[in-house]
Amino acid sequence: MNSLKPYIPLIAFVILVIGFAVGLKQGDLRKLESTLIDQPFPDFSLTTLDDLGSNITEAELKGSISLINIFGSWCVACVQEHPNLMQIAQTNRIRLIGVNWRDSRVKGRAWLDRYGDPYSLILFDDSSQLAIDLGVTGAPETFLVDHEGRIRYKHVGIVTRDVWMETLLPLIKSLESGT
Amino acid sequence: MIAELGHILLITALVIAFLQAVLPLWGAAKNNKALMDFAGRAALLQCAAIIGAFALLTTAFVTSDFSVKLVAEHSHSAKPLLYKITGVWANHEGSMLLWVLILSIYGAMLPIFGKALPDTLRARALGIQGLLGVGFIGFTVFTSSPFLRLENVPIDGNGLNPLLQDPGLAFHPPFLYLGYVGFSLAFSLACAALIEGKIDAIWARWLRPWVLLAWSFLTVGITLGSLWAYYELGWGGWWMWDPVENVSFMPWLAGTALLHSILVLGTRHSLPSWTVLLAISTFSLSLIGTFVVRSGVLISVHAFAVDPARGVYILSLLTLYTGAALGLYAWRAKTLQAHSGFDPVSKSGALVLNNLLLVIATATVFLGTFYPLFIDAISVDKITVGAPYFNKTFTPIMVILILIMGVGPLLKWEKDNSKNLLGYVKKLAPVFIIALVLFGLTGGSWGGALGLALAVYITAGTLFVVWRRRKVIGSQPAGFFGFILGHMGMAVTTMAITCMSVWSVDQAARLNIGESLKIGQHTFTLSKMDSDQRENYEYLAGTFSISKNGQELKPVTAEQRYYPVRKMVTTEAGFNLGIKETVFAALSEGNKEKGWVVRVYYQPMVIWIWIGGIMIALGGFVSLADRRLRFNTNSDQI
Repeated sequence: MNSLKPYIPLIAFVILVIGFAVGLKQGDLRKLESTLIDQPFPDFSLTTLDDLGSNITEAELKGSISLINIFGSWCVACVQEHPNLMQIAQTNRIRLIGVNWRDSRVKGRAWLDRYGDPYSLILFDDSSQLAIDLGVTGAPETFLVDHEGRIRYKHVGIVTRDVWMETLLPLIKSLESGT
Repeated sequence: MIAELGHILLITALVIAFLQAVLPLWGAAKNNKALMDFAGRAALLQCAAIIGAFALLTTAFVTSDFSVKLVAEHSHSAKPLLYKITGVWANHEGSMLLWVLILSIYGAMLPIFGKALPDTLRARALGIQGLLGVGFIGFTVFTSSPFLRLENVPIDGNGLNPLLQDPGLAFHPPFLYLGYVGFSLAFSLACAALIEGKIDAIWARWLRPWVLLAWSFLTVGITLGSLWAYYELGWGGWWMWDPVENVSFMPWLAGTALLHSILVLGTRHSLPSWTVLLAISTFSLSLIGTFVVRSGVLISVHAFAVDPARGVYILSLLTLYTGAALGLYAWRAKTLQAHSGFDPVSKSGALVLNNLLLVIATATVFLGTFYPLFIDAISVDKITVGAPYFNKTFTPIMVILILIMGVGPLLKWEKDNSKNLLGYVKKLAPVFIIALVLFGLTGGSWGGALGLALAVYITAGTLFVVWRRRKVIGSQPAGFFGFILGHMGMAVTTMAITCMSVWSVDQAARLNIGESLKIGQHTFTLSKMDSDQRENYEYLAGTFSISKNGQELKPVTAEQRYYPVRKMVTTEAGFNLGIKETVFAALSEGNKEKGWVVRVYYQPMVIWIWIGGIMIALGGFVSLADRRLRFNTNSDQI
């Protein structure tokens, strides 16, 4: 056993490198099956990030297609995702709604001031009221909601350019032509 | 011509680095003095070539030569000169060049300041430094060349990210790299000593100045980085446990452990294996810090695929260097014999505990930072570890570390009397308890009181050491004053971090002109809104009058800036910096009808976080002046 001792640091390091290599090879995030697909968006009553006195409910979602993005200033992957959301917002293709989850108003606003604000509406969900009903497992997560306020797609993880171009945009187009 | 010449110089440096790696290592094995002597000259030449390349790239930026792709992408002719220069390293390729520049400067310093080293050890260390050069200059030349040309030369450049237009950026990365890359010498000297199979007290003294230098620079770099993020980003946070911050913090923690284990090896000749492993790990963590972050692997596993060539190259380099060093250790570990053990009740014993705690702290940060990576590899759940994890796990470790920090320096190097230890505890414990009760009753928070009492306790312990030596204070070595500065800096930082974590207040709300927002004793009133144009941006400015308990303070102006070239909005908070408290306000979106979203902050003692950080760094620099680092005397103190 004693003769193995000098190898322990090397072995630990090899395990670490294997971890990195697996991370490197890992492709896209797998899609999560959700029982929420094609169900109406859960009922909620929340304030917006900036206005304490406001009250927004699920009724707000009816009438136009929306992309609802769960984010938080504590969320590392959100920083990576954010430039893509900024670009999506610039196309004016869709209403982008943010849900600031498990955050404080100051931190959420400071974060958006730093990285840019792509959202036309930001719901403030510090106590996970909406997030629990949506079955959110982590941030970022993104929901596509149709004109009637039904969830049509759920994406777990970062909305990359590919996710937008190959999955979300075609879905949005088909929803648009369906009405 | 400039770009081509730069490229040629880089390739020249690569060839020299290769020769610097092969010839001296072979020469040391064959005991051929001419080949060993070549190492020093090669290191100087390699450094000269890279300085040339760096100067040429800087020239391209300063003269706005937009035929160079990097300049076109990251500079702009309307940019102030300072930002043209900092633009050189405000991007991946240029910062890589800065990285190898510093690597080669450290390499060139070893033959100049390391004349006392035995020929074989110096030649081997320089050979390994050459091997590092081959890998990283190669990385720069083959995957990240800063000298690529554009076929169609644009009329003007693509600007520079306005977030990066700050004097803080001019100094932050160079200091950080001086730290990270400085640990390369610790790595090279460790590998060289492993090859020779001789790791002893003398080796520890050769190693110490290089570790001190790198560690002090890294401390400055981290402190400036924290200050920059706080000030420039209007962020309200001085430390976010952001992965980018964490990867600079890990080599610092490991480097701090190394700095202290060298003391034990240098005076008591124990812990040779541990010290060598720390030297290897500290530089490996620096490699992870500089490279894994730029590959994007930390922010998201999937971003690594953005540039697979870069990611694979980086991982290969890390595997090669760290793997080889640890393999070397495994092979030579038998030859490393501690000449003496250590007694639990002694300065060495306290330093061993210090090392264990610092390594546990490093592992904690490592786990929190890379946890998402490994969880992602085995499960579909996407979990982000945030600040709460770090605060919960890191704080207890620091509390125990500080408890040892107060008493440890009072003990003798060799076996001390348990009675003495008890005597010190009996003197310091009342100070700690009185401070705890006093702050607890007045501050309204026992957690905060604990932090402040710990700060008082380190101060008391450190001053106790000073008091005991008061009669011989004039003849104390520089290292003694370095120790005092460093430990007092730690006390100051602990105090400030405690105040910020417990008593800072912030709030956000929508305000119109004339309306106000109250936090604690401070009332912020939005008194005026302006908008106009300046240099290369348009701005919207809100002026806030501030009063504390009815007393008027200096007003602050917060701005929102729009940079048309980059189509980017930034916020500039309006600060009222103070010794005891800092208040500031930041302005976000809004209009006349709805009002503007504002954020206001009250932060007690915040500037002492950075003053403490600078004190710690100064402690390191002061220790460098120690005469014992240059002359191998056998002094047994500190």
